[in-house]
Amino acid sequence: MSTELQKPKTTAGGGQKLPGRESADRKEATQGRWAYTLLAPSLVLLAIVIIYPVINAIVMSFQKDSGLDATTGFFSEGGPAGFDNYIHWLVQQCTAPGGGSVACPPGTLGAQFWDSMGTTFFFTLVTVAFETVLGFWMAIIMARAFRGRSLIRAAVLVPWAIPTAVTAKLWFFIFAFEGIANKLFGTQILWTGSEWPAKWAIIIADVWKTTPFMALLILAGLQLIPDEVYEAARVDGASTWQRFRLITLPLVRPALMVAILFRVLDALRMYDLPAIMTQGANGTTTLSILVVQQIRQGFNTAAALSTITFLVIFLVAFIFVRFLGANAVDAATSSGKAK
Amino acid sequence: MKSKKLLLPAAIAGVLAMSLTACGGGGGGGGSASSGGGLSGDAANNLDGRGPITYVQGKDNSNVVRPLIDKWNAAHPNEKVTFKEQSDQADQQHDDLVQNFQAKNPNYDVMSVDVVWTAEFAAKGWLQPLKDKTSIPTDGMLDATIKSATYNGTLYAAPQSSDGGILYYRSDLVPTPPKTWDEMMSMCSIAKAHNIGCYAGQFQKYEGLTVNAAEAINSAGGKIVDDSGKAAVNTDQAKAGLNNLVQAYKDGNIPTEAITYQEEQGRQAFEDGKLLFLRNWPYVYNLAKTDGSSTVKDTFKMAPLPGKSGPGASSLGGHNVAMSVYSKNKATVSDFLKFITSEETQRFYATQGSLAPVLTKLYDDQALVAKLPYLPVLKTSIQNAVPRPVTPFYPAVTKAVQDNAYAALKGEKSVDTAISDMQKAIESAGAK
Repeated sequence: MSTELQKPKTTAGGGQKLPGRESADRKEATQGRWAYTLLAPSLVLLAIVIIYPVINAIVMSFQKDSGLDATTGFFSEGGPAGFDNYIHWLVQQCTAPGGGSVACPPGTLGAQFWDSMGTTFFFTLVTVAFETVLGFWMAIIMARAFRGRSLIRAAVLVPWAIPTAVTAKLWFFIFAFEGIANKLFGTQILWTGSEWPAKWAIIIADVWKTTPFMALLILAGLQLIPDEVYEAARVDGASTWQRFRLITLPLVRPALMVAILFRVLDALRMYDLPAIMTQGANGTTTLSILVVQQIRQGFNTAAALSTITFLVIFLVAFIFVRFLGANAVDAATSSGKAK
Repeated sequence: MKSKKLLLPAAIAGVLAMSLTACGGGGGGGGSASSGGGLSGDAANNLDGRGPITYVQGKDNSNVVRPLIDKWNAAHPNEKVTFKEQSDQADQQHDDLVQNFQAKNPNYDVMSVDVVWTAEFAAKGWLQPLKDKTSIPTDGMLDATIKSATYNGTLYAAPQSSDGGILYYRSDLVPTPPKTWDEMMSMCSIAKAHNIGCYAGQFQKYEGLTVNAAEAINSAGGKIVDDSGKAAVNTDQAKAGLNNLVQAYKDGNIPTEAITYQEEQGRQAFEDGKLLFLRNWPYVYNLAKTDGSSTVKDTFKMAPLPGKSGPGASSLGGHNVAMSVYSKNKATVSDFLKFITSEETQRFYATQGSLAPVLTKLYDDQALVAKLPYLPVLKTSIQNAVPRPVTPFYPAVTKAVQDNAYAALKGEKSVDTAISDMQKAIESAGAK
């Protein structure tokens, strides 16, 4: 579907046969030049704010962090490191006091790499799963016509409108030992003081905050489905479940995949919620938290870690776009033209 | 067409992933080049320079800095000080300073530096050693504050304000405060009889846990790093110290929920009458006396932290003021440092901002004690205080202490393993 819709766009200019072949060529050339001129500012901007930092981070990741010179007591430049910084993270090896390397002892950042990788993916899978199901449900409710619909739509947006740091502080107080959560349920759970409660506290906070985002994107997809399709199905005697499974799901799929893609990428770099609610304690250290903590101990090792994080997210995004058909651009153009 | 079809998804994935992670890669280059033993490089320049300077400090919550600077500016019309106010988050202040040092910004002349950052900045070669032309008088200052500003035997900053831990106790339930840890533990039966928690400090996994673990270890005669900054925590004394905390948590003398406590939660519990003893900073005094919700207004008193056989070793808080090696007007900065550490300014800090002075004699000043009744207790606390590990690898050291002390408290590993892991993790930090 998307390819057909794209075709006229990519062949525009060449497709139109004008009386004089030359003028058409010239027009195409001028248009091309114009296009580049108009694109240039945004390309330059992208180069400055995205490409330069990424390349700089990659260059830095191949440098050693500055080390303490025992004789002067001052730090001195580390020099080239090769792949040492990457190896440090991937196999969790730290420099031994006498030279050589040992397994990073507990209490170092290096010892936490694979744990935090696992934590990050765990959070991503669980939160996005919850958000998709709940978001779908909310979207279906919001798509109906009923009194007070705009009120519901506005109300649903509130959690998304609150800055994440504020949300985190909010839930921090809710999950405090003397907080509302324990008072309400009459429990004595150390929400931020033990492993699984801490993880669930963060999942609950994240789901609360980002489900509205999911719901809105899905709602946008739902509203593109023409009513006639449902009417026809009803005339043919399709049940509610059949209508949902055979019409709603396939037609909303492009929008749904884009929403999931955005949420997955977002969740993979989760930082604020665990940083504020638990400071990464009790198995809630995500990759981003690890990067920020490492920045204070040495930029170059941190650059290696953020490059690894970048590659991981790149891979996930690639898999989504390539194999699961989540295509942000195609979906946008097709939804623009579907009407 | 086909190749385009293949490239497009990859390109989209790439741009998305990049824009999402690019912010992680920022930051500048590594540390600056080393300089030799004497004054060399930037540290040797502009020693006689005079002119306007900029003072950098975190958010001035109690409005102390501006009146001080107005006073200085009135007296020094040609060497005016401009105030650059940072955020109120310590981490952000640290990162802001690091960025400006790396950029060799000459407009960051003099800055307030947390005691635990001093060694790191000094080792990076960013701080002007306070000797010869730029020296300041340090007589009359509390020893621990000078130690916190000293790296490799050289003073790198002027002590600005201090802070130490205090034991708050319920004077209606405990007539005489405990002098030692064991004595305090034996009083926990009183707490049980009244159905309240016995002791709490700051045990959540954050900087506060380093403070509390270091106090336990230092009070028992152990240390975390030795004078040369090398890991020295793997000793029986350190194990005994950490074990005091671990045992108390296991016995219930430290209530279970205390593992989620930072300063504020502990204060709340104490003000609600739910704690017999609380280790906290002096700021709690005024709040516990005046908070409408405080139930212990007239029933609490203060004592020095309990130690092994006498007062315990508090961790030291507070700030130092340092001079940047990149400053163009070091002679002016030097005068400004003397102004900050003068008795008059220190008195102003105490009365206006409730900041603990660094000059010993102010702790016995009757007028000040009348205003800040915790000063005599705080004096004992700071006189016995041990600075948190003075090491250029402080972020790694505090992480090593927090992670392992936390695991020991929660019973995830034995005290022996925790201390030996702590030792290894600190060693690995310095080995890079």
